[in-house]
Amino acid sequence: MKYLDEYRSAELVGNLVRAIRSAVTHPWTIMEICGGQTHAILRFGLDELLPPQITLVHGPGCPVCVTPVSLLDAAGRLARMPGLILCTFGDMLRVPGTQGGLFQARAEGGDVRIVQSPSEAVRIAEQNPNRQVVWFAVGFETTAPATALAVKQARLRRLDNFSVLLAHVRVPPAMEAILSSPSNRVQGFLAAGHVCTIMGTAEYEDLARRFHVPIVVTGFEPCDILEGILHCVRQLEAGRHEVENVYSRVVRSNGNRQAQALMAEVFRPVDLAWRGIGSLSGGGLAFTPEYESFDAVSRFGPCEPAATGGPFSLADTGRNQEDCIAALVLQGIRKPNECPAFGVRCTPETPLGAPMVSSEGACAAYYRYRHRESYLATVTPP
Amino acid sequence: MCLAIPGRIVSIHGHDLQRTGRVNFSGVIRDVNLSCVPEAEVGDYVLVHVGLAISRVDEVEAERILEHWRQMGEGPEAEGAMS
Amino acid sequence: MTSLVCPNPFEESGRVLLAHGGGGRLMHRLIESVFRPALGNATDLDAAVLPPTNGRLAFTTDSFVIKPLFFPGGDIGSLAVHGTVNDLAMMGARPLWLSVGFILEEGLPLETLKRIVASMRQAAQAANVQVVVGDTKVVEHGRCDGLYVNTSGIGVLGHDRVLGPQAVREGDAILLSGDVGRHGIAVLAARNELEFEVPVRSDSASLSQPVLDLLEAGVEVHCLRDLTRGGLATALVEIARSSALHLHIHEESVPVQDAVRGACELLGFDPLYVANEGCMVVILPEAEAERALTRLRQHEVTAQAVRIGTVLADPPGAVTTTTALGSRRVLDMLSGEQLPRIC
Repeated sequence: MKYLDEYRSAELVGNLVRAIRSAVTHPWTIMEICGGQTHAILRFGLDELLPPQITLVHGPGCPVCVTPVSLLDAAGRLARMPGLILCTFGDMLRVPGTQGGLFQARAEGGDVRIVQSPSEAVRIAEQNPNRQVVWFAVGFETTAPATALAVKQARLRRLDNFSVLLAHVRVPPAMEAILSSPSNRVQGFLAAGHVCTIMGTAEYEDLARRFHVPIVVTGFEPCDILEGILHCVRQLEAGRHEVENVYSRVVRSNGNRQAQALMAEVFRPVDLAWRGIGSLSGGGLAFTPEYESFDAVSRFGPCEPAATGGPFSLADTGRNQEDCIAALVLQGIRKPNECPAFGVRCTPETPLGAPMVSSEGACAAYYRYRHRESYLATVTPP
Repeated sequence: MCLAIPGRIVSIHGHDLQRTGRVNFSGVIRDVNLSCVPEAEVGDYVLVHVGLAISRVDEVEAERILEHWRQMGEGPEAEGAMS
Repeated sequence: MTSLVCPNPFEESGRVLLAHGGGGRLMHRLIESVFRPALGNATDLDAAVLPPTNGRLAFTTDSFVIKPLFFPGGDIGSLAVHGTVNDLAMMGARPLWLSVGFILEEGLPLETLKRIVASMRQAAQAANVQVVVGDTKVVEHGRCDGLYVNTSGIGVLGHDRVLGPQAVREGDAILLSGDVGRHGIAVLAARNELEFEVPVRSDSASLSQPVLDLLEAGVEVHCLRDLTRGGLATALVEIARSSALHLHIHEESVPVQDAVRGACELLGFDPLYVANEGCMVVILPEAEAERALTRLRQHEVTAQAVRIGTVLADPPGAVTTTTALGSRRVLDMLSGEQLPRIC
């Protein structure tokens, strides 16, 4: 596939790995923010190619991991309402709320449909005029413009049976929370390339300056990720802390003006309790007054208050099971296998928290490699 | 957090919010909303996430970085054997 | 003279009625006009009487609930035959007889039923196997999705070995009979979730000919496994676990059609986990690998046969791959089916 395969070339990966090996002289802990980057690292075994001094920490950039339980439960309640159609991305079906996930709601007769885009949910609303259709809007700044567009399309077609359960989240507040934590171990960031395709890079200048951390806007293919790591390592070794964009084929420093305008018209930042991290000021999005009528919570009745507790209160980390340390794992403070329940009571089939549910969640990734040393140590590929 | 894939615009119809392109992803054809990439024309590659084109691929930049990585191979670091 | 056309209640509705399942005249008419032409030699007695055969018998059963009923490269009828025949072939058995049970939804167009039963007949003939006994039931509208099929199949083993994971040995070669992922993607296309420049056709096909050819040529085969819902990765994990050995493959050697790869990129799927219906893994001694590949490539359904890896000893139960970049990855069983993802 053009613009994918070229960035997976073994020869170029080799050149990049050699450059990283000769650039690194100290141990460094780097966090890749986005679940998509984590997926690429695991699928192409990139961490195994890196010199041992580099530790990669999987960040909270995955809607499955961070969507608050209160919103998941609200989605489950809506899906169980007779006649209502809940549209969602496939990612969210297996995520455990307090009453099981949306798979559970569907098994109990709820009409839960997987769609590939928010506009598809609008089409379903148009095709079912006498049924209420709710779009479960998860995802980061990359996905929010598509929801905003869908809402405007619904308004144009005067659809009164379409509404949105808003669960969109913003990256910078999460990075700020991680960097503000006294026990933070992360020294440099690979910023999420596709979030920056929308938002540009300006939002990160302030974080880099205040917390003295290099932030490298990085893509998703193997060569892109290694390029991001190389630039991050070079800055760390030289004591620099700047925002760099190494995904320039799609990211422009001021981002996508049209998409930003769509978001500004339809949404406004609000505080939100991220699952596993706690309440983040400006961590979520709500409708602007002009589009308030599309909000599913005000249309169908409240779910638990979205934002509770201080920035780091574990009181409402979105109520994973009590002994789930998702909060510490998502911030790079603990590794999944340092959790007592890991691989014992907490497995992909019996997940205690969201990082074990999502295939890119840090815990699910570690689980798959639980015997890694024994698996890979003995493999001498013929 | 955001799976976005590049595809080539085959045709364009509609305008403003409804500006839509038929986009080819290595043989898979999809209708993609182009309202956020007004500069993109037929033949261009766009990066698409959940049915929305969020950027036009800069073909010069795309090639420049590939060339940069190729030259890395001939540079001094090239001798270091990859373990 | 214009012929008097009396309004025949059966033809007029053109749909399956509850009465068709009632055991009365309408049911017999359905059998005569739909099933008999296609599955002529199926008995209308209570059971088929089968001739004695020499050699051990293999016996299997399967159900088919695919939606939609028709997809590029096949339909529920041909799929039911191929799936059952392949289960027998994986034991190294020559498929002989099938039974077919239909659950029809009230309101199913008769034309649809005729097309499916005709397709079943063609697939049975091509796999040279006979449908010898059948049954039909009708349920109220809304209680099933158009049509479900249950089958069972009997085959005779022309050899005395037991093929399967327990026969797999360290050092064995792992062969793959063709490209992966086409069935899963073709079904998504049929549900118009995907549209293609050139349609991706399901690989649904019978594998019995190439398997019998291998066995009759005296190739020593340890294990055969047809890849179905969980794709290549799941089949390998099942074999690794039940053989307590370590299966190692090279991802680069697994053939995947470009359009299938494109669809997987878009949906966030890993092609190694996408469904197949006419593709198998063959595990056999290293020394037999070349000979087996040459014979397999003479058959159209396995023309792309290729070696993808080797069986190692430790750690037991593991499946690992060497990626195109030379790094290594562990393949695990998914906890459910792959869902399109955005992250």
